[in-house]
Amino acid sequence: MNAFYLPQASTQAHAEDRIFLTLLILSGVVLLLVLALVIGFSIRYRAGSKARRGPLPAWISHEVEIGWTVATFFLFLFLFWWTISAQLRLQIPPANAFEIHVVAKQWMWKVQQPSGVREINTLHAPAGIPVKLVMTSQDVIHSFAVPAFRLKQDVLPGRYTEMTFQATQPGTYQLFCDQYCGLDHSAMIGKVVILSAADYAHWIAAQPEGDSLAAQGEAIFVSSGCGGCHGQGAAVHAPPLEGLYGSDVPLAGGGFVHADEGFLRDAILQPRKNVPAGYEPVMPSFQGVLSEDQLVPLIAYIKSLKAKP
Amino acid sequence: MRDIETPQAAPQTPEPAKPSYLADGHTVASWIFTTDHKRIAILYALSITVFFFIGGAAATLIRIQLFTPHNTFLTAGQYNRLFTLHGVVMVWFFLVPSIPTTLGNFLLPLMIGAKDVALPKINLLSWWLYLGGAALTIVCLVCGGVDTGWTFYTPYSTLYSNSCVLAAAAGVFVVGFSSILTGVNFIATTHMLRAPGMTWFRLPLFVWAIYATSIVMVLATPVLAMSLLLVMVERVFSIPVFDPRFGGDPLLFQHLFWFYSHPAVYIMVLPAMGVISEVIASEARRRVFGYQAMVYAMVSIAIIGFMVWGHHMFVSGQSPFASVVFSFLSFIVAVPSAIKVFNWTATLYRGQIRFAAPMLYALGFLGLFTVGGLTGLFLAVVPIDVAVHDTYFIVAHFHYIMVGGTVSAFFAGLHYWWPKITGRLYSEWWAKFAAISMFLGFNFTFFPQFILGYLGMPRRYHQYPDQFQIWNVLSSSGAVVLAVAYLLPLAYLTWSLFAGRRANANPWDATGLEWTTASPPPRANFETRPRVTSAPYDYHDPDVGPTQPNQPPRQTQAAE
Amino acid sequence: MSQSAQLLHEPWPDRPRETEGYVFAMWIFLATEVLFFGALMAFYTVNRWAHPAAVTQAAAHTDFWFGTINTAILLTSSLTIATADRALEHGLPRLARLALWLTLAFGLGFLVTKGFEYRKDLEDHLWPSAAFALHGAGARPFWGFYWIATAVHAVHVTIGLGLIGRLIILSQRRMLRPRQASMTVTTLYWHFVDVVWVVLYALLYLVGRP
Repeated sequence: MNAFYLPQASTQAHAEDRIFLTLLILSGVVLLLVLALVIGFSIRYRAGSKARRGPLPAWISHEVEIGWTVATFFLFLFLFWWTISAQLRLQIPPANAFEIHVVAKQWMWKVQQPSGVREINTLHAPAGIPVKLVMTSQDVIHSFAVPAFRLKQDVLPGRYTEMTFQATQPGTYQLFCDQYCGLDHSAMIGKVVILSAADYAHWIAAQPEGDSLAAQGEAIFVSSGCGGCHGQGAAVHAPPLEGLYGSDVPLAGGGFVHADEGFLRDAILQPRKNVPAGYEPVMPSFQGVLSEDQLVPLIAYIKSLKAKP
Repeated sequence: MRDIETPQAAPQTPEPAKPSYLADGHTVASWIFTTDHKRIAILYALSITVFFFIGGAAATLIRIQLFTPHNTFLTAGQYNRLFTLHGVVMVWFFLVPSIPTTLGNFLLPLMIGAKDVALPKINLLSWWLYLGGAALTIVCLVCGGVDTGWTFYTPYSTLYSNSCVLAAAAGVFVVGFSSILTGVNFIATTHMLRAPGMTWFRLPLFVWAIYATSIVMVLATPVLAMSLLLVMVERVFSIPVFDPRFGGDPLLFQHLFWFYSHPAVYIMVLPAMGVISEVIASEARRRVFGYQAMVYAMVSIAIIGFMVWGHHMFVSGQSPFASVVFSFLSFIVAVPSAIKVFNWTATLYRGQIRFAAPMLYALGFLGLFTVGGLTGLFLAVVPIDVAVHDTYFIVAHFHYIMVGGTVSAFFAGLHYWWPKITGRLYSEWWAKFAAISMFLGFNFTFFPQFILGYLGMPRRYHQYPDQFQIWNVLSSSGAVVLAVAYLLPLAYLTWSLFAGRRANANPWDATGLEWTTASPPPRANFETRPRVTSAPYDYHDPDVGPTQPNQPPRQTQAAE
Repeated sequence: MSQSAQLLHEPWPDRPRETEGYVFAMWIFLATEVLFFGALMAFYTVNRWAHPAAVTQAAAHTDFWFGTINTAILLTSSLTIATADRALEHGLPRLARLALWLTLAFGLGFLVTKGFEYRKDLEDHLWPSAAFALHGAGARPFWGFYWIATAVHAVHVTIGLGLIGRLIILSQRRMLRPRQASMTVTTLYWHFVDVVWVVLYALLYLVGRP
């Protein structure tokens, strides 16, 4: 970290810097052109100078105005097309990205690795593979920003937002909260530690032995009494959870909803929002019963339940 | 010489038969209950000056704090309150009203040949509402300030902030109605009170700018008012509106807020464009290049400006497809702004350019607005915005537009019309010195912030990592120059009120109806109702270039 | 002629132009009002989009009869104020005054009915805070909308009543003349308040009912 250089540590950073540099050169040219004309005219046509005035030359007319309007328009259109197609390419979430959960609160970042390891204000991740952060906030809006990756994503209460990056080189990079979140906003900083895949595996292995995220979720599943209805042989007619994640769920009101993390979250906290077809809306809300920290493993557990063959 | 727009061909008499509006009553009541648009303009000018220096003081403390990375000059709580105060005051109590309510109020009726605005009492009410909003803001300050940032993002503002959010939001709510009534008034004035012969395409560009601004004020401000009302209701009565625990949507606030606040950028910058068009034409002694294109550009900025708010929310969690649309529209809204820069530049071509103080401010505007506009293109690009959103890059960008652009233009206009408003001439040397210092000080302060932002320094940080220090030191040092440059006009313009030479009716030899009446104008503006027979900016015969103007540009008081 | 010149206000060249100007300004102001309520409707729309079932259920708890009676009252008041406007135009000042009094009475009736409805809502614990009677995400924001929208509307009704009261005073003093701007302006405003109510009626009282 020095005052003149920002590392390019992700594939996104390379793509962004290419666009940034192109735009910088382009606007530098435009700025110099405008300044050269303004200064040139100012000198040549200063009051009382000997330069010829007379009427405007014939070629400067309506057509010039239309000409530069259209030229600007098409230049901008090209820039839009070029940059947005780059963006959309980056945005397609890679299948089976490595998933890490982040819960933000005033004023810290809590990280839950899939292996069950928990970290505060530090996020370890492997280099070279796409990593998907699934993030939520316990209180206000925060923003997970890593300048070296040229990425950031606001983290909202009450929903999951995602950010995918692919780190290119191991190292330690600064993590900032970029969305103003109250008193110690400027202290809500941390670091992202990128390790090579092998080092990452070593690091995980070196952590104190604990349950994986899904195993922790199973414990919460049991202690919260979820199994009383969703378990096998339950008296209550409740939808089975095996193979639920990633499927399209038919709704009582008609239509389908894709069962992603946001759907699972809503189904636990706001069970009446999407009632599956063929079931009664009898599930109680777990709003205020389960914390964000407990939801993350619980959802990881539900995701881990594969459909029975 | 040219441009006889009043039926009487005789040039104006320097001493009008009727007293000037300044001499028409000397009691306090004759000022604070006046319905004269010129006096109301003065009332606004005094009020916004107070707020400009309050906001400026806050900025000074902020820049002192940021001089070193772990400075404890201010606590985090104080720092957060100061940048919020700076934003709220500068946006709603200075920038939004700055040009429209002072120069606009003063000049709109004069430029279209009317005796006053359409609704003079409503105009006075607008100023009183402004005072009401100002009072609430002072209450907020006394209660210990507000720490939400000028953007009042939920749920922080509604559920978490332990500060005086209510008074601040109420203050902005009230001043919003002042803005709305001003807009209604100006639209009605422009439609209904144009002098005979003043057709739409004979309106000076400043009038067009004020008209376009008023449309934005009328259509955007109510949305801000409602969103702040919802914040207040949620905060006071705990009625969930944005609270996600009960199914509310915190992003809704951002949509509503930016639906106002992006057009608000055009409320701030369109009048500036109007001022610059007047000053450049007068100082280059040329017709504005592409007058009609300029008009269409301003109107399309006002309209398209309503459709780009989502570019403030690329990283907020809105749909990526929405981001595609908003990115596209943000490029489109940049086209008319670019056209205007080209047209101003082309207006200089084959002119007889003088470099009086207003022109220096205007040229400063041209440079700074171009930088601000070009960096705006960067932010329309989604991947770049994702990288630099909520960093100092954004801070630098909007200061280039609003301070480099609008404030420079405000000073250009203030210096250009000062002789008309006060009847006095200021010190040309000091004015030029201030203009140049302002330009240099501004770049010195804000250019390093682009670099800071690119390197990733987040905005609204009370303390920051060490590697950012060098750029912050540069920026804070520049702020010293800028602060001095802003204090200079206060000194020499005040001095001119008492000791300045008297101006004649038309010290710049400019066209436009406002220059055909006395300086300062009488209460009723014109001795007889003007009749307009020619297009604006009639500085020269189209077939012949401009002739050499009088030098020095400002003639002092013609002999009696 | 001399009388009308006397009554002419400062910036205007003649009286018809002045009336036209005031009416025009009121239309512009109504554009502001549309956006003001529009932002509120955006809140309603987002909530209903996110929680369609909960909103429908919550809307079933509004009191249909209070809402319907109030709609009838307000629509009738629009008729009476339109009558006042026309009567004045056709030189029937006494009829105009009567119609204005009726409008005032209907407006007050609306507010009183609304008050009774509020009391019933509070008794039913429909104020969306701690003791709220309904469950499900989206129900509280719906009732939040109900209280905010009806309160903001009631403030508009009150302002309208103030304007009508002013017209009645002018008319008692025989200062209300045909083609008076304040008459047309007040009528426009009152109609707008009425239109807003009709929209609110549909959004609040009709949604939860088959």
